[in-house]
Amino acid sequence: MDWIVYGVITLIKTAVLLFVLLTAVAYATLMERKVLGFMQLRLGPNRVGPWGLLQPLADGVKLFFKEDISLPVSEPRLYAIAPWVTAVAAITPFLAIPFADTVAPETVEVFGRTVDLAQYGIHRGVIADLPGAVLFILAISSLSTYGVVLGGWASDNRYSLLGGIRVTAQMISYELSLGMAVVGVLLVAGSMRLTEIVDAQARLPFIVYQPLGFVLYLTAAFAEACRTPFDLIECENELVAGYHTEYSSMKFGLFQLAEYAHIITVSAVAVTLYLGGWQGPWLPSGLWFVLKTGALVFFFIWVRATYPRVRYDQLMSFGWKVLLPLSLANILATGCAVAWWG
Amino acid sequence: MGRGGVYPRPLITRCKRHPKEKSLSQVKENRTRGEIRPVLAQRYADGWGVGAKRGRLQPSASPPFAATRRQVSVEKPMSQYPERLILNVGPQHPSTHGVLRVVVELEGEVVVRCTPDIGYLHRGIEKLMEARTYQQCLPLTDRIDYLAGSANNLGFVLAVEKLLGVEVPPRARYIRVIIAEMTRIASHLFWLGTHAHDLGAMTPLFYAFREREQLMDLFEAVAGGRLFPCYFRIGGLARDLPDGWTTEVREFCRTFPDKMKDYETLLTRNPIWIRRTRDVGVLTVDEVLDYGLSGPVARGSGIAWDVRRADPYCGYEEFDFVVPVGQNGDTYDRYLVRLEEMRQSCRIIEQALDRLPEGDIAVDDPTITYPKKTDVYTRIESLIQHFLLVEEGIRVPEGEVFHHTEAPKGELAFFIVSDGTSRPFRVRARTPSFVNLQVLSKLAEGRLLADLIALIGTIDIVLADVDR
Repeated sequence: MDWIVYGVITLIKTAVLLFVLLTAVAYATLMERKVLGFMQLRLGPNRVGPWGLLQPLADGVKLFFKEDISLPVSEPRLYAIAPWVTAVAAITPFLAIPFADTVAPETVEVFGRTVDLAQYGIHRGVIADLPGAVLFILAISSLSTYGVVLGGWASDNRYSLLGGIRVTAQMISYELSLGMAVVGVLLVAGSMRLTEIVDAQARLPFIVYQPLGFVLYLTAAFAEACRTPFDLIECENELVAGYHTEYSSMKFGLFQLAEYAHIITVSAVAVTLYLGGWQGPWLPSGLWFVLKTGALVFFFIWVRATYPRVRYDQLMSFGWKVLLPLSLANILATGCAVAWWG
Repeated sequence: MGRGGVYPRPLITRCKRHPKEKSLSQVKENRTRGEIRPVLAQRYADGWGVGAKRGRLQPSASPPFAATRRQVSVEKPMSQYPERLILNVGPQHPSTHGVLRVVVELEGEVVVRCTPDIGYLHRGIEKLMEARTYQQCLPLTDRIDYLAGSANNLGFVLAVEKLLGVEVPPRARYIRVIIAEMTRIASHLFWLGTHAHDLGAMTPLFYAFREREQLMDLFEAVAGGRLFPCYFRIGGLARDLPDGWTTEVREFCRTFPDKMKDYETLLTRNPIWIRRTRDVGVLTVDEVLDYGLSGPVARGSGIAWDVRRADPYCGYEEFDFVVPVGQNGDTYDRYLVRLEEMRQSCRIIEQALDRLPEGDIAVDDPTITYPKKTDVYTRIESLIQHFLLVEEGIRVPEGEVFHHTEAPKGELAFFIVSDGTSRPFRVRARTPSFVNLQVLSKLAEGRLLADLIALIGTIDIVLADVDR
């Protein structure tokens, strides 16, 4: 009996989270256009709805009704599946991210029977409180690379191919640094369970203990999310949108969705690992989480308005020669500190 | 009138040297002596770039992919290199600044060979001119380099005036200088925005266009057109300046240097920008001279060749301005040179405004200048004069003329052959973009694809200017 209640509550949580996340993705596009607009002496979208607020809706409808151009590509199945791989891989990590303190009471009464939700942590603001949540997130978000590579390969377009090749090299160099940067947090928290990591930050967020780790994570996250200055795989000016040149309609829409979902995911992970997650005074915990994530997303957009794009070889050398040694040094220092004081 | 014969003489395509610079060695000597480039030199000394590295004079000779570069063999057919990828960049591509097509042979991302293919915007302007009167040719020159319409007007008008042997009144001359320098700023602003955008920096584009828009409004106020003002006329100007125009130009010149700080804070000391442009596309003095490059591309390599200074026209010798020159000849230096040129153009405009005299805006010659409209309506002589000028055009004495000017993108020269009628027998425009583009394949070989985009930007081409 209890497991039905668990299942229903988890389903509701998943549905709400998915709805909020997809809405957030849609509004991240609006936010990007608005913020870029204001930074660049423009207005951004302001035609659809008050202050352009319905623009994401209009964009979605437009993409949905656009013709899905079917090209005589060499690998039609891969071509069709690639956007889905990327989109799913970008959204799935949210399963493991704690987005609020509690979302349900510890016990509920169903048909006169008391069900203890706290037993499996069902009442908490996380869908799956995995013991290896950090590994899960790293593993799943790496999968999005496959979508890009396959999409670039299957498009039968040389620009897309170059974009796909770039993404493999970029991901190998940056996933490593990303993972290494996170290790520092794991050492400090002594756990891979994200809820425990957030709980451990009740007094002080880990950015205080891990300032270098935070910077390294964020830098690698820019590469992971393929944002300026590391947006080499889809740079319009060289590769004419790169891997998604040949995509249209909702397939293109899925790639776009994945891009913004990726930004939100890496921001949310950064918030959880370094900025105290949902912890915060006065405001409800879920709101804190949204605010912190929103601030990081804003930072992503801000950087886009400020920096040029690095070159392919510079990206590689930066990843291997700067980020990786620094993150290894960070692990060493953190390990020593934990061993000494811990 | 039989037209269409090919003029038998070879046409001048190479850049002329400064009269004082008799030989190549002297050019080099001038370069190292650093005569006319105190501004940038001072900046480097102040650590304007990054640290002490900036001080070195010799550009680094080794490209980053020297090994690949050695493999380049133009003779071998493509089939011997199955791993090579041929990529068509353009003619429809966001970063080729128009309809340039570059056939790129790639090994991985390294450009092994690149061949620019031009002609997609060829309108046959030089040929079209042969069937038009000299006045009717003017609007065509606007369209040669559509980002610097007035600069082209100026080149053509000066060439025809040279053939006619007339000198425009001082007021017209000063106004021409003001408009030409404003055009230079507008063109450089457009270059700055697009070049930065090519390298992924979005924001400078919008900042640059904010100022460019002001200039466009000023052109519109004075001439009616924005991109194609066509304000200059053979023998003077179309009309006098509107009221309050000079005040607005002064205001622009006052605020512009401050606004340039916006671009500089975004780019000049930005480490990514420096890495993307430093040591990319290095041009030595010899290469510049061999290819006949001109304009900021040549000055970026330290050659102080500026027609305004070397062979002054329009009274440029009266103005106090610096010809900025780079040291390393790389993309970053050309960027600094163009920024400095905008400041210097501002100085020239201010000086011209200070000295702007009252008086006529066109020569007082009934065979060249249109009569006043009121006279056309009331006096039979003026009516006839007007009729003749419109129907027949300006009769230009037989002969040939070469006149070069410093357009924003480099040396723009017109070579006109007149057979004594009111239509040119042959016109040849030596446009800077066409000549400067030739060096692209040399610069891009052995570099990365991303550098190719940066190089197209740094040469500052306009395809209308290349193809004519």
